[in-house]
Amino acid sequence: MIGVVLLVHNLVPNSVTNFEKPQPYFNILLIIVFILSLLLAIANTITKKIKVFQYNSPRIGVAFALIGIYDLATAKFGWINTLFFPNPDKIFGALVNNSALLVKCLGYSVWLLIIGWVIGGILGVITGVLIGWSTNWHYWLDPFVKFLGPIPPTVLIPIALSAFPTSFAASAFLLALSMWFPVTILTNSGVASVRIDYLEVADTMGASTIQKIFKVALPASLPSIFVGLFNGICASFITLMVAEMLGVKYGLGWYINWQREIMGYANVYAGLIVLAIAFSLIITILFRIRDHFLKWQEGLIKW
Amino acid sequence: MVARTEEIRVENLRKVFPSRDLNKPDVVALDHVDAKIMPGEFVSLIGPSGCGKTTWLRLISGLEVPTDGAIYVGDKKITAPGRERGLVFQDPNLFPWLTVQENIAFGLKIKGKLTQEDHENIAELITLVGLTGFEKSYPYQLSGGMAHRAAIARALVNNPEVLLFDEPFGALDAFTRMKLQNDVLRIWHERKTTMILVTHDVEEAIFLGQRVFAMTPRPARVKKIINIKLDYPRKRDDQTFIALKEEVLSVLDFHNI
Repeated sequence: MIGVVLLVHNLVPNSVTNFEKPQPYFNILLIIVFILSLLLAIANTITKKIKVFQYNSPRIGVAFALIGIYDLATAKFGWINTLFFPNPDKIFGALVNNSALLVKCLGYSVWLLIIGWVIGGILGVITGVLIGWSTNWHYWLDPFVKFLGPIPPTVLIPIALSAFPTSFAASAFLLALSMWFPVTILTNSGVASVRIDYLEVADTMGASTIQKIFKVALPASLPSIFVGLFNGICASFITLMVAEMLGVKYGLGWYINWQREIMGYANVYAGLIVLAIAFSLIITILFRIRDHFLKWQEGLIKW
Repeated sequence: MVARTEEIRVENLRKVFPSRDLNKPDVVALDHVDAKIMPGEFVSLIGPSGCGKTTWLRLISGLEVPTDGAIYVGDKKITAPGRERGLVFQDPNLFPWLTVQENIAFGLKIKGKLTQEDHENIAELITLVGLTGFEKSYPYQLSGGMAHRAAIARALVNNPEVLLFDEPFGALDAFTRMKLQNDVLRIWHERKTTMILVTHDVEEAIFLGQRVFAMTPRPARVKKIINIKLDYPRKRDDQTFIALKEEVLSVLDFHNI
């Protein structure tokens, strides 16, 4: 079984490395992956205990096989338009050559995101608790939430860009708005559906209203709040990319759009790869945080 | 443990739940209920289901406000829930986000930071309800019986004058129920807390209570008080025990069903 897995895993990158390359980076990557997997395979046959390797090697093998096919289709035989679909060699070359600028753009985007999440998340939880807990607040705030919330923050981009002094502040506002709405709605739903029994238990223990909110209603709503955070983060990704493509003068979305305009498609793909890795990592971190806070809950969705 | 000194007086208690439907009359859950429960006494309230006995218990706990009449603990009139009256609910209702230990500590934590004495108190309670080794478990990891023990410990943590039980063991299997009944008696002997138990299980009422209050159907009133003069621990197959069971059932008009 392991033998077959190793064979598939090792043969595929091997066959791909046989082609000659104008730029070294893709080749280097393949050689590193090949040597690494070979070493792991040897270690694995000796100890038979590298679970992570055994589990992942088939899909890593297939992933490189797909890259190999793409390589064949572009660099080797030119089946598809290489202007819009540059070969892996060029993409990896762009990735390495532009890494400094890419990291800068990534840093800018992530910094914006963090500011938006913190502001939007905190305001969302506060609004959600207020309308979920108190009928008075619900009466006054609910129409506001229901009217403003469903507007996609992306349509507010033109207004925000002219209303705020800097495009940075405008983006932060839009990201906070993207985060605020789902967090508000789901915190509200969490707080409003806290089991009345839990609150009565707290009552018989002599808890005050503030204590009931912070020690009962909020922890009980945490699962729901995390769904809101997840939705908010996904919405903020979209808002950020559209904002950067439309008018903000920095960040990954801006970089991708700029490279597209100057026909630097290899750089577009390099930007996309950085984007995919960064956003996937962010969601992973969110789920790790959630797993820590919700370890009391049975049957969590895995990420 | 100091002997309890506060008696509970129930005076002309009446509770009406307004009907939501205009075409239906209001629900009178309790009417003209008078009772006196001595400090450190164990009293069982039994009656047909839906008769209002749970309402009575909730009135004592302060979760409900009487329409008329009043309840006093000592000379203090009950107007709101308070630490001196613990309530064990039908479901354990442990907070799922807290461990067993944190659940039990809840009542102390809302008073302020835990002292060394509080920690000792909590450890003692965990031993008392037999949950040693499960301090760090979350409620979803507990069996039904264990969750109930934790709930009892949580209600005891404020060292209440009165512990109220609202049909606490109804959902448990027969063996677990008997075991928990023995545990409750043991805790009562150790802590001398006044116990008021609402149940629909005649055997449970007699096994635990020094007095059994048999209630009428809605609106609930005390139909008869049956004194149980058996020594603890009681035997369920004892002749007197069986005779008392017959008596309670006949008071409740169940003898010919």
